[in-house]
Amino acid sequence: MSPVVELDHATIRIGGRAVLTDASFAIQPGEFIGVLGPNGAGKTTLMRSILGLLPPSAGALRVFGKTPQCGDPTIGYLPQLRTVLPDLRVRGLDFIGASLNGERWGVPHLSPSARYMIETTLQAVGARELANRPLSQMSGGERQRLLLAQALIGNPKLLLLDEPLISLDARHQEVAIEVVRRVCRERGITVLFSAHELNQLLPAIDRVLYLGNGHAVLGSVDEVVTAPVLSRLYRTEIEVVRAAGHIFVMSHGSDVERAEHMHDHGEHEHHH
Amino acid sequence: MLQYEFMINAFAAAGVAAVVSGVVGYFLVMRGQTFAGHALSHIGFAGATGAGLIGLAPLWGLLGFTMAAGIVMGALSDRISNRDIAIGVVLSLALGFGLLFLHYYTSFATQATALLFGNVLAVDRGTIGTLAALGAVTIAALAAIMRPLIFATLQPELAEAKGVPMRFISTAFLAIVALAVSECAQIVGVLLVFTLMVGPPAAAQRVTTGLWSGLFAAAALALAEAWLGIVIAYDTDWPVSFCIAVLSAAAYFACLALSARQMRRPRHLHG
Repeated sequence: MSPVVELDHATIRIGGRAVLTDASFAIQPGEFIGVLGPNGAGKTTLMRSILGLLPPSAGALRVFGKTPQCGDPTIGYLPQLRTVLPDLRVRGLDFIGASLNGERWGVPHLSPSARYMIETTLQAVGARELANRPLSQMSGGERQRLLLAQALIGNPKLLLLDEPLISLDARHQEVAIEVVRRVCRERGITVLFSAHELNQLLPAIDRVLYLGNGHAVLGSVDEVVTAPVLSRLYRTEIEVVRAAGHIFVMSHGSDVERAEHMHDHGEHEHHH
Repeated sequence: MLQYEFMINAFAAAGVAAVVSGVVGYFLVMRGQTFAGHALSHIGFAGATGAGLIGLAPLWGLLGFTMAAGIVMGALSDRISNRDIAIGVVLSLALGFGLLFLHYYTSFATQATALLFGNVLAVDRGTIGTLAALGAVTIAALAAIMRPLIFATLQPELAEAKGVPMRFISTAFLAIVALAVSECAQIVGVLLVFTLMVGPPAAAQRVTTGLWSGLFAAAALALAEAWLGIVIAYDTDWPVSFCIAVLSAAAYFACLALSARQMRRPRHLHG
């Protein structure tokens, strides 16, 4: 089978800065890939490239064997949750409804079949009651489930989830990972799931894609999460400590991922 | 009161402008661009007084200036890093120019109050026809871009990924807002466009969360406030715009209180 996402000596730039340089890897159908790396390593940028918003400046990027096109319905996307959320008094049903064929001109119309599709998808992620709740009254976890349901509508073959765990507490993080894994296994969807911390993803992921310092390394956790590989990606001396089924990525005695998480809220790689 | 032609004209003109304002304002509130709408009306004041200076009808000056400003604002929106300040500076500049034009065209000064605060009782039949035609164009244009507009408003990242032309949508929308502002200013004046463009939609969004129900509620509320305002003005001899402003504020705060009470109702919280 041909890979779902394939980078072949690809270089991706925003502004003048190369976010990925000469990166090559291939993601196979049905894989659940954890995307990790320090802030600014290009997790969001990579997803925007896969969506066709940012073509590589050199090399090739292929999605389902083709150059990605904007608006490809086979790709589901959950953008990173913005930290400042407007006070939107729009119920979940209309929020998702707006995204169905939202690129077409004219007046929106929610057909009974579209409505049914939204409701069943909400049910699949355990969020049926959100259809009639306004967005402004949803917690971070509820919003994430709503967005996840939306990303799943239209039966995508590839799901790009950009930091879906941000703003969730530990228990809801676990629930979110579990829901994504279950639904995607059932439907055979390939997943790119970016996150700050590796440990919660360990039970769910098939392989890990680590980004950093312009490089991308894809492989099993045992191959990638090692001191030599991560030291190269973080450009500093990294120790990897394994204890009680957890993996701690340490730099000079402190936990790198935890430190990253603290500084997270400035990170936005949007360049329109 | 309907035996007077000027009253019938007032109801007709206010009805058209209120519905257009309520519908367009619904999206203005949803997009969080109410300040931009306010600024457009001030810029329109300079246009209206400028038009008087060169012998044109104020409506056309108003329309020309708001449209041009709306398009420029939409096209520059990404590049103006601190939008509120930039918009505020431009709107003050526009008001300043409006004053200058008034200064050089003194016989026009009597109309200044009408421009600033509206004069719906002086609307003639010809103006109603113009307002109706402009209103139809505004609603038709809005209907044409409505689906991508909502998508781009609610989920900009996703809309961009699906190929929605974001800059075109924001520019086209501000041009539509400019049309609606010009309509609205004919009724309540440039200083009070908030009363029909922001008050009713904001109130509607407090009490309903559906898209269509919200739109209809906004239009209905704007219409009710405009007509009731004229009736109260007729009975009391207070200015129409004052009555509409009071009704708009009262409706907004009533809906705010109503939704606050609904929110206090216990609900199982999870997630």
